[in-house]
Amino acid sequence: MSAAAAAADRPRRQAPAMDLGALIADRETRIVVCCGAGGVGKTTTSAALALAAAEAGRTVVVLTIDPARRLAQSLGLVELDNEPRRVDVPGAPGELHAMMLDMKRTFDDVVTAHSTPERAQAILENPFYQALSSSFSGTQEYMAMEKLGQLRASEQWDLIIVDTPPSRSALDFLDAPNRMSRFLDGTMIRLLMAPSRTGFKFASAGFLLFSRIVSKILGGQLLRDISAFVAALDTMFGGFRERATATYELLRRPGTWFVVVASPEPDALREASYFVDRLSAEGMPLAGLVVNRTHPPATAALSATRAEGAAEEVLEAGGPESELAAAALRVHAERMTLAAREQHLADRFTSAHPEVAVRTVPAAAGDVHDLDGLRVMGEALTGPDGDTPTGTPRTRVLPARRG
Amino acid sequence: MSPDPSPVRLHVVTGKGGTGKTTVAGALALALAADGRSVLLVETEGRQGIAQLFDTAPLPYEERRIAVARGGGEVKALAIDVEEALLDYLDMFYNLRRAGRALRKMGAIDFATAIAPGLRDVLITGKIKEAVTRRHDGRPVYDAVVVDAPPTGRITRFLGVTGEMSQLARSGPIKTQSDGVMAVLRSPQTAVHLVTILEDMPVQETADAIAELRAAQLPLGSVLVNLVTDPVLPVDRMERAAAGKLTGADLAPALAAAHLPGADGLADALAAEAVEHAQRWAAQDELRDDVEALGLPTVELPLLTGPVDLGSLFELAGRIEDHLGAEVAA
Repeated sequence: MSAAAAAADRPRRQAPAMDLGALIADRETRIVVCCGAGGVGKTTTSAALALAAAEAGRTVVVLTIDPARRLAQSLGLVELDNEPRRVDVPGAPGELHAMMLDMKRTFDDVVTAHSTPERAQAILENPFYQALSSSFSGTQEYMAMEKLGQLRASEQWDLIIVDTPPSRSALDFLDAPNRMSRFLDGTMIRLLMAPSRTGFKFASAGFLLFSRIVSKILGGQLLRDISAFVAALDTMFGGFRERATATYELLRRPGTWFVVVASPEPDALREASYFVDRLSAEGMPLAGLVVNRTHPPATAALSATRAEGAAEEVLEAGGPESELAAAALRVHAERMTLAAREQHLADRFTSAHPEVAVRTVPAAAGDVHDLDGLRVMGEALTGPDGDTPTGTPRTRVLPARRG
Repeated sequence: MSPDPSPVRLHVVTGKGGTGKTTVAGALALALAADGRSVLLVETEGRQGIAQLFDTAPLPYEERRIAVARGGGEVKALAIDVEEALLDYLDMFYNLRRAGRALRKMGAIDFATAIAPGLRDVLITGKIKEAVTRRHDGRPVYDAVVVDAPPTGRITRFLGVTGEMSQLARSGPIKTQSDGVMAVLRSPQTAVHLVTILEDMPVQETADAIAELRAAQLPLGSVLVNLVTDPVLPVDRMERAAAGKLTGADLAPALAAAHLPGADGLADALAAEAVEHAQRWAAQDELRDDVEALGLPTVELPLLTGPVDLGSLFELAGRIEDHLGAEVAA
């Protein structure tokens, strides 16, 4: 049967299969960005993909944002020097490097790299800069982008896998560089920098109003700190803006792929939907959706309802170990109910985004915190679609209904 | 109305993403509203999660009733819009609403939140403080305020940003305002509750957040362990199953006695699922010790089957109410 005929045979709105194994093995693939809502397993997914890529012969670096402690330890991320460290993967033909983003340090490095030592000193000591670079939300996304740009420019790795910060919204990551360049380009910052040079009456009136309000609210000292910061930043202006724009463009270049990660929960899938729409609007390449931590049953031959009924029959028949067998049937009934709910949520996503490829990744019984755990997850992420013990394709939690 | 001996009026609910923080905040609001009390539930992250939870239209920037509780109690909800809050703020303190609108046209508000994203958190905590301290006819308008706060990773910064802001602005009106907010947040009127589930990372993050909150002198409330399940297998078989020693051969005779078709393959599959169930449960149970070691009052909330609706929220609220009652009695 031809591929087209097979496609026509398939029931409608079946999600296409995602081949992450081919994607990470492909030398043309240079950047993979894992994004999604908080708590869906982005960091683990990134690390598992990176390990799989190293085992497929790539020289890969994974940029993690906030790994769980035990996972960080197993990746050797104990020294926080904001540089990638090689992770020992016995027998892998490729290389795995891992790093954890230090947001303040990355910002400091940018400042130092783009100004004279005196100016850099003035910026680094400015109280406003210190607050901006270490504690305010939003900086993390921008610095993750910045670090990605640096790693890519160094040409030391043929594949970079990026985990994205646990933002309010998955979109924050995409918006960060633009927000930064819009901010640096904005009317307000130009007014703040050189109110005397603008030459427009309305502008200086606006500026006076602005500074009056800022000093009213924040006090004159903060305004002076901001002005000093902006003035010191003056020389690195072009640098900042160009970098922000260049990094954003990097994400649209061939060789970059986005993997959207979600758990089989309504909120996480809703966030995934927003992200998919946004990527398509921006013309950014989407590899597909990973539905992480699903609960496929070991057999789908017995439905939840029939398993409940069978549990009663087994108890009535009263054979050896009938209580245990009845309990096992109830475990199966619960599992089928849960799997059906997860499949239903995945189907809803697919009916809204029929073109988006899907891969489901079963939940591990315990926590994924070592290379073995990552390898199991990597296999679930990159293995062939049809290669499962139950025969249910990895695109799905439950087999598709026939007819 | 029964007397409420607890001094806590501001309940801040945080938790790692995916632990059900918004659901627990909603249930806590319902629990606190029982017996004719008035509660405000505040959304801080612009997600309209509360509207979805209570199945209502998206919330505007105004306090709107979303549920009634036992004895004429009510829960109002407010989704804080940062721009509107800033305009409010300019108006309230400086009589500058019109200037504020002009600034918005110039992009100055965008600018302000871009150059100082912490301003967002300051405006939100300022609005929360206002709701907590608002009085009418000499008594508080709300008996309690429940905040669906940012996740554990950001909570200390969110609550402490006012303190940071007041260091940044070393003088001036925002300093006075920030000090006022911090005074409420650090008082016995406030309790920060942490929602977790029995998984490694959420429990670890809860421990980290507790340490950070303690260091920032923010008062802690309870740990709410969400999505708790009961073991389905007989208790005396759990250990063996968790060790992977349960096999299809253990189940096949009983299945055959009940004439289930294809009993062999089925028995193996059922055994595999039972083993996974036991392992998952054992891993969760082990984490109970870690939760206890956190040293805070703890309540477990069951995993409810089916979608969360108002009925299931009331069920969770009942559990929380019992817990709070026991806390006060203790």
